[in-house]
Amino acid sequence: MRWMWIDEITDFQPNQRMVAIKNIKADEEYLRDHFPDEPIYPASLMIEGMAQTAGILVGSINRFKEKVVLAKVLKAIFDCEVFPGQTIRFDAQLERMDDQGASTTGIVQRQISTDSEWETIGRIDLMFSHLDQNRAGLEFPEENFVFADNFKEILKQAGLENLADT
Amino acid sequence: MPETAVMTSEEIFNRLRDVLEEALGVDDDEITLEASLTGDLEAESIDFLDIVFRLEKSFSTPDKPFKIGQGELFPENLMENPEWVDDNKFTDAGMDMLKERMPHVDFSNFQTNREVEKVAELITVKSIVEFVERKLAAS
Repeated sequence: MRWMWIDEITDFQPNQRMVAIKNIKADEEYLRDHFPDEPIYPASLMIEGMAQTAGILVGSINRFKEKVVLAKVLKAIFDCEVFPGQTIRFDAQLERMDDQGASTTGIVQRQISTDSEWETIGRIDLMFSHLDQNRAGLEFPEENFVFADNFKEILKQAGLENLADT
Repeated sequence: MPETAVMTSEEIFNRLRDVLEEALGVDDDEITLEASLTGDLEAESIDFLDIVFRLEKSFSTPDKPFKIGQGELFPENLMENPEWVDDNKFTDAGMDMLKERMPHVDFSNFQTNREVEKVAELITVKSIVEFVERKLAAS
């Protein structure tokens, strides 16, 4: 199973845009090692958070029938560090899609006050591949292991469960 | 910036160089007309899709989209037809198919080799310039 690195979908415009947030809690286990006595939210998990947000956006276009996997990080730029107790959000936009895959652009923002003000702290552009349409012609299991139950739970919480057929 | 319909080979090459620099993370002096995408510039499978997306973006204009069909620029599913391939080498029918599907690629040094695995190495920067030229002229 995949771990989820987003807490909640907060905005969705079909075929165009998806926004999700992540609250970084002080007791998250990996923060003990990243780094001892100086916890910093790992940039790699921000990339994964954006990949999950953008991946759901891409997957939703074909009602999650395709296995959408992250194929390439086109760009990942971060302006500052993010710490426990902060909330970040991933704002992903679809740039281009065809049978083989899709590309997305995205910004990472950090909440700077409790009255919903956000500042942009990063930009992450990604490319996704539709696994069953890979150029090498490799075959994968029929079951959609990419969009498993934990993804469906996130959709359900956002009232978007009707986006998936199963 | 020139209109895409009247671009010279050099202008296409200059724009393609930016695309390849971004997509493959290579230096501009590595991008020569003779450079092979997989052999010299170390392009991997997913890079081809990235290059296609970037070419479409780079050569589209508001009133004339530049759209590349699946398998149009780079070969795909070459093993699907047993008439085309025998013992991992292209048959005469396979060579005819390649030449028809990829008129932008120079197959003159491939007649004796014919190995399926090597066909991607034939795609050079020059092939892509010619591909773009043909598409712009036909649009």
